[in-house]
Amino acid sequence: MAILNVQNVTKTYDSGFQALKGVSLDIEEGEILALLGPNGAGKTTLISTICGITSMSDGAITVGGHDIQSDYRAARSLIGLVPQEISLEPFETVENTVRFSRGLFGKSPNPELIDQILDQLSLLDKKKSRIMTLSGGMKRRVLIAKALSHEPRVLFLDEPTAGVDVELRKDMWETVAQLKADGVTIILTTHYIEEAEAIADRIGVINQGQILLVEDKDKLMQRLGEKQLIVELAEPAAVIPPALKKYNLSLNDAGTQLTYSYDTKGERTGITTLLNDLQAAGLSMSDLNTQQSSLEDIFVGMVKETV
Amino acid sequence: MNLQAVKAIYIYEMSRFFRTLMQSFISPVISTSLYFVVFGTAIASRIQEVEGVSYGAFIVPGLIMLSVMTQATSNASFGIYFPKFIGTIYELLSAPISFFEVVLGYVGAAATKAFIIGAIILATAFLFVDLEIQYPLAMLAFLVMTCLSFSLLGFIIGIWAQNFEQLQLIPLIVITPLVFLGGSFYSVSMLPPIWQTITLFNPVVYLISGFRWSFFGHADVSLGMSLGAIGVFTLACMGIIWWIFKTGYRIRQ
Ligand SMILES: Nc1ncnc2c1ncn2[C@@H]1O[C@H](COP(=O)(O)OP(=O)(O)OP(=O)(O)O)[C@@H](O)[C@H]1O
Ligand SMILES: [Mg+2]
Repeated sequence: MAILNVQNVTKTYDSGFQALKGVSLDIEEGEILALLGPNGAGKTTLISTICGITSMSDGAITVGGHDIQSDYRAARSLIGLVPQEISLEPFETVENTVRFSRGLFGKSPNPELIDQILDQLSLLDKKKSRIMTLSGGMKRRVLIAKALSHEPRVLFLDEPTAGVDVELRKDMWETVAQLKADGVTIILTTHYIEEAEAIADRIGVINQGQILLVEDKDKLMQRLGEKQLIVELAEPAAVIPPALKKYNLSLNDAGTQLTYSYDTKGERTGITTLLNDLQAAGLSMSDLNTQQSSLEDIFVGMVKETV
Repeated sequence: MNLQAVKAIYIYEMSRFFRTLMQSFISPVISTSLYFVVFGTAIASRIQEVEGVSYGAFIVPGLIMLSVMTQATSNASFGIYFPKFIGTIYELLSAPISFFEVVLGYVGAAATKAFIIGAIILATAFLFVDLEIQYPLAMLAFLVMTCLSFSLLGFIIGIWAQNFEQLQLIPLIVITPLVFLGGSFYSVSMLPPIWQTITLFNPVVYLISGFRWSFFGHADVSLGMSLGAIGVFTLACMGIIWWIFKTGYRIRQ
């Protein structure tokens, strides 16, 4: 059974704006789902609804089989949330605020565990520091420590790496991998496609309050994957020979590189005939290589389609 | 019942109080001393006794009530407004806790702070006047009930307020005038008859009267009325809080 089940959830804010238009989603225990979508797509609204911060207008959600409304205690005690906005009490110490979170979730104090979490997030030496003396990246890690302090089974990370430097981002990915190894289910939102590519098992795309697709990352790459064959010419060509028109090639400015796009899933890729025709047109090649389109290309393409 | 959560909220709120210990203690002590100097000395030279009690002693219950009511209200309203303001309320909303537990934690902490301040003022008062408390247990009970009910009121204000101005508004335009006009510094019987009648519509009169009775054994209104008034007020606040949480008013969008 899915650890998180979202069924036909709609959310209309008091302003009358409908931020979620019938979202359904199933998440299996132990997986990492990356939710991609442009600003205002409804990612935060969806997470807030699951966590109980906003109320849903219609639909049903269960976490670990517990309905989030009728059985909210059981459902919420499974969830950890790292919000998009950094919201922390500036005068409080790191230790106190993390302890508070654990208590709030009904867990008895466990200083060793909290030390261990702070250590894992490289915050142990900041334990007694006041929040306001920390850098932005540290504050974000404090938010993560708070969410982990009550040992959640499902962790929501709403743009965990926004405004975080490259090194820290890699650290964050490692933390996520470690959590996954511990069996935690993770749902994260991000604007960085390479992030989704690097750490997610499945990828969901949401736009204008609707889920456009949820798919295995690898399958998604395969299904929508377009490849490019790049042909390095031995001698620069001024124009593309008319005989090669049907291949829709593009020539770079220097005239040294021809690019051919093809579908890896197509019945035939057309590579063999292209190479034959190149030779027939009198072009000699010095090198060949292929490129796979990134998730970013796929994603940008999909969002454009829905607009 | 998530007792750990109630405890966590309570401790967290109290730690804020103790972090600003000096401010928390010194300001009520100073303002009480000032009241004693101004009212107890200046006015007491003209009004020597009210209802058989020296004027300086007579105003003690009213002074305590004045501070306790304003402190309970402002502590509780700030306590719940602050997380709304800085966004940390997300944690309260997503935690496995009931609204009852949230109220218990916040109101409990605010009432405790108000109670501590009330006790400090009482101790300060002993420095200035001769004081004997006739019914100490009743005095404690009135003090605790006032701390709790006004913390409940403060909690409601904190939820309702959408900015700092609104947060200050109710205490400023409702509570302070009601307390000043509630017989803190005079006996209702000293007023002209028409004002005596009008005063009876001020709920604070009943609280101060009952509280003063526990000190001196003399009340402006009957003790039963005092207890009834504080009971009705507490129930009304609880009713409003219950409604707030049922509807998610100004908390959950
Ligand atoms: N409290 C609110 N009242 C009214 N509309 C809201 C509210 N919160 C969000 N919205 C609207 O709902 C839509 C979805 O917002 P949401 O924050 O879920 O987007 P998002 O996908 O998280 O975007 P981002 O990538 O910028 O974080 C937006 O159009 C936003 O303006
Ligand atoms: Mg968002």
